[in-house]
Amino acid sequence: MVIGKSLPRVDALDKATGRTKYTDDLCDRGALIAKIVHSDKAHAYVKSVDIKEALKVPGVVKILTCFDVPEQPFPTAGHPWSTDPHHQDVADRHLLTRHVRYYGDDVAAVVAEDEVSAVQAARAVKVEYDVLPIVLDAQEAMKDGAPLLHKKYANNVLAHTDIRRGNYEEAIKEPGLVKVEGWYDTPTVQHCHIENAVCYAYEEAGKVVVVASTQIPHIVRRCVGQALGIDWGRVRIIKPYIGGGFGDKQDALYEPLCAWLSMQVGGRLVKLECTREETFVNCRVRHAIRSHIISYVRADGTMVGRKLECWSNQGAYASHGHGICAKGMNAFPQLYPCPNLEADSWTVFTNRSVAGAMRAYGMPQAIFAVECHTDDICRKLGLDPIEYRRRAVMPKGYVDQFSKNELYSDSFNQTIDVGMKYMDFERKYKEYQNQTGDIRRGIGMSVFWYNTAVWPISLETSSCRMVMNQDGSVQVQVGETEIGQGADTAFAQMAADTLGVPFEKVHVVSCQDTDVTPYGTGAYASRQTYTAGMAIRTCAEDFKAHILKVAFDYTRMQPYLCDIVDGNIVRITDGRVLMSLADLSASVLYSLDSSEHLTMEKTTQIKTNAYSFGCGFAEVEVDIPMCKIKLLKIINVHDAGILINPALAKAQVEGGMSMGIGYALSEKLIYDEKTGKALNNNLLDYKLSTFMDHPHLEVAFVENPEPTSAYGTKALGEPPVIPVAPAIRNAVLNATGVALYELPMDPHLLFRKFQEAHLFAKEE
Amino acid sequence: MYDIKALYEAKSVEDAVRLLTDHPDAQIIAGGSDVLVQIRSGKRAGKELVSIYGLDEMRGVKMEEDGTIRIGSLTSFSHITQDPLIQKHINVLGEAVDMVGGPQIRAIGTIGGNTCNGVTSADSASTLFALDAIIEITGPNGVRTEPISSFYLSAGKVDLAHNEVQTAILIPKKSYSGYKGHYIKYGMRNAMEIATTGCSVNVRLSGDKKTIKDVRIAYGVAGPIPMRAHTAEKAAAGQPVCAETVDRFAAAVLEDVKPRDSWRAAKDFRLHLCTTMAKRALIEAIKKCGGEVL
Amino acid sequence: MSEQQYKMIHCWINGCERSAMIDVRASLTDMLRNDYRLTSVKKGCEVGECGACNVIIDGECFNSCIYLAVWAEGKHITTLEGLMGPNGELSDIQQAFVDETAIQCGFCSPGFILTAEEILERGKIYTDDELRKLLSGHLCRCTGYENILRAVKKTMYARNGKKMPKEQ
Repeated sequence: MVIGKSLPRVDALDKATGRTKYTDDLCDRGALIAKIVHSDKAHAYVKSVDIKEALKVPGVVKILTCFDVPEQPFPTAGHPWSTDPHHQDVADRHLLTRHVRYYGDDVAAVVAEDEVSAVQAARAVKVEYDVLPIVLDAQEAMKDGAPLLHKKYANNVLAHTDIRRGNYEEAIKEPGLVKVEGWYDTPTVQHCHIENAVCYAYEEAGKVVVVASTQIPHIVRRCVGQALGIDWGRVRIIKPYIGGGFGDKQDALYEPLCAWLSMQVGGRLVKLECTREETFVNCRVRHAIRSHIISYVRADGTMVGRKLECWSNQGAYASHGHGICAKGMNAFPQLYPCPNLEADSWTVFTNRSVAGAMRAYGMPQAIFAVECHTDDICRKLGLDPIEYRRRAVMPKGYVDQFSKNELYSDSFNQTIDVGMKYMDFERKYKEYQNQTGDIRRGIGMSVFWYNTAVWPISLETSSCRMVMNQDGSVQVQVGETEIGQGADTAFAQMAADTLGVPFEKVHVVSCQDTDVTPYGTGAYASRQTYTAGMAIRTCAEDFKAHILKVAFDYTRMQPYLCDIVDGNIVRITDGRVLMSLADLSASVLYSLDSSEHLTMEKTTQIKTNAYSFGCGFAEVEVDIPMCKIKLLKIINVHDAGILINPALAKAQVEGGMSMGIGYALSEKLIYDEKTGKALNNNLLDYKLSTFMDHPHLEVAFVENPEPTSAYGTKALGEPPVIPVAPAIRNAVLNATGVALYELPMDPHLLFRKFQEAHLFAKEE
Repeated sequence: MYDIKALYEAKSVEDAVRLLTDHPDAQIIAGGSDVLVQIRSGKRAGKELVSIYGLDEMRGVKMEEDGTIRIGSLTSFSHITQDPLIQKHINVLGEAVDMVGGPQIRAIGTIGGNTCNGVTSADSASTLFALDAIIEITGPNGVRTEPISSFYLSAGKVDLAHNEVQTAILIPKKSYSGYKGHYIKYGMRNAMEIATTGCSVNVRLSGDKKTIKDVRIAYGVAGPIPMRAHTAEKAAAGQPVCAETVDRFAAAVLEDVKPRDSWRAAKDFRLHLCTTMAKRALIEAIKKCGGEVL
Repeated sequence: MSEQQYKMIHCWINGCERSAMIDVRASLTDMLRNDYRLTSVKKGCEVGECGACNVIIDGECFNSCIYLAVWAEGKHITTLEGLMGPNGELSDIQQAFVDETAIQCGFCSPGFILTAEEILERGKIYTDDELRKLLSGHLCRCTGYENILRAVKKTMYARNGKKMPKEQ
């Protein structure tokens, strides 16, 4: 059995030698180069586009503008499609736009023989605008009279949803309640996969082919079909290895435009490669969400009534839309159940870059608010933050009525125990209270939960195809994609165990090609091992049964007497090896009587979801005069069920923690208030954490098998990012007594807050 | 592929001067870590370039007979940090340029390029100010020298004619002998960073380590160009090594520094940092001299 | 460019003597990727901030994106393709990246492995903090750098014939 073993990644050798081919590596060097003319206005109507000078640039093949594109709008979100019009993604994009809604919006595109010509021509295109006022803040955008981005959406509200439980207004009248209130702000941040968004397109065999760095090839096929108004079967998407995605590539980015551009130049090969600057501005970002929480609690902390309002900054177009904010809001009543509760969330258009999916989909924002607030309650009431959480958090046996998710084990207490022990939390938490001096230490923590996959909000389905080769090895295909997380390796481990073939004989086909690969929606929602796991198990079990049936002709043994073990047909009754799969497979394929190609394909619909749990702890040293937080020690503890590959699981968590550290301490896309221009859309000015910004990252697991899961697994890809920022924030609170209410907790913020708290001694 | 109109590779300093004279619109390029980035951004797109990168005669650190340390302008940051002469006599400069960007940037970035681009955030510049460095410039009429304080004219502008090449940076013996220095780079992260503010202090103590004989403090990003804080220097010179002196010194820098508001940092924050860094850099420099602030 | 300009560039790439007419506008990344099809040299930012295009030139690491191809004249250049042994065997540092799960999406890996190789070539034992600084010219969004550090450290001790101290 290989499940549970830390086997090396199936793609490690190629990646360690540099021979792994990513999108641009595959693109023929003769490709035409596309460059986009981006608006230098954040909100405007395009009056005219003058391409005369640009056309004179040698090497220019074609220039297309917002007046040339198809009229029909299309959606881009990486969601499974819905046949119910009310549940379909908002179609608000055009390939190029006449109504510019953010600084950098796409107005025209140049196709040229080479990069320099394309860039020169793009610079030479002159656009005339009717400039409109802009709005960058979600709450400002909701005010009457604010600039309107989309006519269909009054007050720029894309969607509003709410939750009501019990009677909040009545409940808070109880005498003696303590009110705790806070506003929590999270910034716009970007995924920063090291491979920028890139694709290339050409026409072949009556189809338009797009090779793209995407997490969701099958969904992108649909989006391209919708955007171009052509049959979806005439679109073929190929996804090679990709250099990270983190949700940014869970959207149709420039694949539709690239496909269209190719079709405008006779199907010639056209490459559209985002620069880093474009990746920051023209792809997707994480929603900035402002949360307002009021809790009415008894003196012992018992929650009597709670209220949440949150405003999600959608930016210029709907993309994933309200799903993100709604998911965060749904965390609120579940994490700390309270009988009387009101929650409201609004997703609001503004003239910022488009927000979409990003690792943990709304939960980092929500848990930052909720878990800072938990420590605020503790501080106000003088309660121990761990003891309080143990009392107030979702109890074992809790069932969410909507998702039917259940907390089957004592996961919160178990993970907290591990974290406390590693950090020596109890001693340090007390010791760090009431410090004085310039340099102070603090310790803090946060819990979290996360869903696995998207049921019942959306369709969950996965397909798997297995093909046995003449040597008894197996090719495995799923639509769920390898994006760096190690999915292919986990899939191979699952298939090997269920089918009974050695790990080395399982070949997961990494590249998805929508003409060939069975349908699967792709990599998102931490769904890979859960949903693809079910498809793999279903397919492998049926395949095994089929093989044993076919083997009857050769072994004369009833299928129920046999099993496949380590690549051999074995008689269970006495353990005798009857024949190898290699012999069987070759004999069957080349049989002159009854030839058969051993293969199986299964589609599995999934109608469950699973809670994933854990916590994070952080210890910090705060240099008050220098306004700096140094992270001394950090641990994430996860209950993600059974780990298919512990080494890969740990690596996933470390990466998520790193992203969490950046979110906590340094990352923020800054927009100029007047123009709406992103000021720091490059890797120097956008402060992604470097090798020197981390302490050792400690990772621990508690493995309670998930009862609903094919292999006992549940979400692990995204959750690691969630607890880091609130844990650090609560550590700073412990160190300094200063409660911070926004991210990132960078020196700019610390300077303001320490100044307000009069922490600077003998100030100048 | 860069949008470059033409590239001329100089064979010698004289050749570089001649090429620049012959091509009045050409841009000089040393390591390229600034110029190429600007070309890509469109700022210097379509220009002719005169590359001096191949001029090994402009590389390396030497001590001249009078004890002056001569740093060839094309010496990369990493080579400065690793140089034994630098480590022995002006280690603070090696430490300062070891905070530029990351290792690969330090391998390509040159001290000449860092000073010629005239930006206030250059990590080498404040330390060179605190060392009273001399800039050697070669032009059609031969070699001239300028103190670094007059080499910088205004933001992004230095005293270098179109057909002149900065060939070396000179640190006179009297500037470093007996001094120890400390540089603090303030950034938002610990690597791949542009300085929010940089502060470099050079100090010389009395034989008994009780008195500050002389101190020089310079800043990057405390004004449009790197600058000294002479008021603070005067306030500390001749004063006893003690906490009060350090505090007075730190407070006095506010007389000289003139940071501005920008999205990279607010003015009041930068002012706060200027005093905090002055204090810490002086204390560290005193420690390196063998003194102790009580 | 009005006057197309090419120059014969003669250099050693992964031990082989090579020459070709190169567009003077090309970066070394362009030359290695386009002219020599060495696609382990990745483009992540093209301004020297991410380290994905890192190569070793005469023993020192450079971001090839901000290095003009013409400057490669006479130089010895190593890309990741050059680290493998003659029969395709992995070098110790490549093997360590595999064994320590230091690779995820793999896009930053070539650059990182080459910087690691440069560090290891110095034959010194560095502290964790020193290694972090020496490796800080590369950004990685997948790994949190943790396993990369371990891979480099492990190889450093092995090459120096020393036992690696126990981890925290």
